[in-house]
Amino acid sequence: MADYSTQELMIIAAAREIRDGELVFVGMRLPITAYGVARLTHAPNAVGMFEGGVVRDAPAEETLYTMCDPANQRNAAWTTGLIQVMGHLQAGRVDTGFIGGAEIDKWGNINTSYIGGHEDVQVKLPGSGGAADIAAMSRRLIAIMNHEKRRLVERVSYITSPGYIDGEGGRAKAGIAAGGPAAVITDKAVLRPHGPANELHLSSVHPGHTADEVIENTGWELKTAPGMTETPAPGEAEMTALHQVDRQGFWR
Amino acid sequence: MIEKICSLNDAVRNLVRDGDGVVIGASLETAIPFAATYEIIRQGKKNLEMIAPISDASTDMLIGAGCVGAVTGAWVGNVSGGLGHNYRRAAEKQIPHALDINDYSNFTIGMALFAGAYGLPYAPVRSILGSDIINSNPAFKMATNPFSTETEPVVLVPPVKPDVAILGVQRADAAGNNHYWGSSGLAQEAALAADRVIIVADEIVEPEVISSDPSRVLVPGFRVAAVCHVPAGTHPAPLTGRWQRDSAFFNDYHARSRDVDGYMAWLDEWVFAVEGAPGYAEKLGERLSALKIAGSWNAAPANYAAE
Repeated sequence: MADYSTQELMIIAAAREIRDGELVFVGMRLPITAYGVARLTHAPNAVGMFEGGVVRDAPAEETLYTMCDPANQRNAAWTTGLIQVMGHLQAGRVDTGFIGGAEIDKWGNINTSYIGGHEDVQVKLPGSGGAADIAAMSRRLIAIMNHEKRRLVERVSYITSPGYIDGEGGRAKAGIAAGGPAAVITDKAVLRPHGPANELHLSSVHPGHTADEVIENTGWELKTAPGMTETPAPGEAEMTALHQVDRQGFWR
Repeated sequence: MIEKICSLNDAVRNLVRDGDGVVIGASLETAIPFAATYEIIRQGKKNLEMIAPISDASTDMLIGAGCVGAVTGAWVGNVSGGLGHNYRRAAEKQIPHALDINDYSNFTIGMALFAGAYGLPYAPVRSILGSDIINSNPAFKMATNPFSTETEPVVLVPPVKPDVAILGVQRADAAGNNHYWGSSGLAQEAALAADRVIIVADEIVEPEVISSDPSRVLVPGFRVAAVCHVPAGTHPAPLTGRWQRDSAFFNDYHARSRDVDGYMAWLDEWVFAVEGAPGYAEKLGERLSALKIAGSWNAAPANYAAE
């Protein structure tokens, strides 16, 4: 067994989605660390934005519990307001955006508002925060989820954050032709849209898991993408960077 | 100079009315004046409309205490714990009573406050196209961009104008002029959209300190109704350069608010049994001292000389 946790693998898989020179809408928790790893490995010129009004061109030097912690403000590239950073999204300048979610469907739509829909609320979730804006306006969206049948469903009961909505042409009909989910990183696998309908397919399976197990834990009939592989295990440089960013071993 | 210093107790009594639209912090996780959250609960304010993008666990606390009639914003929960247990109970089971939920995203509540601040009849946005937020909140209207040659949908966001905005800052003078630094979320838009602004200042300084650096002013004194001196008044939220976030406090709140009895016991302990903000600080004691930022990382001076 290699020396990394599932969460560390997810962080490194997320970091690999960030390309050098990109403007990245980071969000909270796990993606904060993913940005740090990308910045210290293959993407030294990636710039990270945080919706509270922080922009960084280097990761913070302490473990962050929220994006607004004092350690994320010190030595930031810019501390400003929410409209100034989220306006970059609406202006189409953000390359990659990260969000989490409670429920996702095969078109990559994400619900963080109402399980059961807003008229028949079964579980009230906290709501969008910035997620709807990030999903609609990033050029590439990366979603991070736990892989459970009740979370990966045929159809979400409320679209907080749009994916491909109802498949082919769904975003164009809504007026947001650009963007959409590029990857869904779970604790078992990476899913990616495939084909003209952009339905999420199984793209890679994390080491220690099988395709059958992933399909069994998905609430729709998950198809495998051509050329499906195993998610590459974290490399030495990636783990070194991760340990440098996550000094206290929060994700170990 | 018009003196605007008063106790937080007086500011909440005189400036926050039942049924008001209220902002308590608009910077997501930082500079939330929780001292005001607690004081509103102590005074038993009712039927408030809480307006915010995200105010960490502040809104959840107020909902559980029965102070809230409506939520107008993007997110209610507990950033450390995730879900807000009081928000869930109110939305799912009408405990302690039913809640009107006006769904926004962070950017759209931002543009609503921006429209409120600057007198726009509405703000056109694109960032919630494709989201059911458009369907669950009837405040939004769909339109077509009149400047586009193609059919291009836009969402029209009406202005939001809070009755009161209560904001935490590092320092203020007696006239309400203040300095704030660090990420500010929607604090400035909320202040400028609001009818009445209450500043909760970690420190009160001479007017010369504020006027020495006017670019750092969040909202000038002429727009401020009251200034309250509450050291560590944002606890458990952080304040840049002054206080670390007390994440353990948020975790403890999350665990204890899981059921109504646990929440009521938490409320008794941290809100009703303490003697206002000074009593709260005294109860925190050493724990608060440990959160105080002792280091220095000072900005370079900015020269404003005119001759």
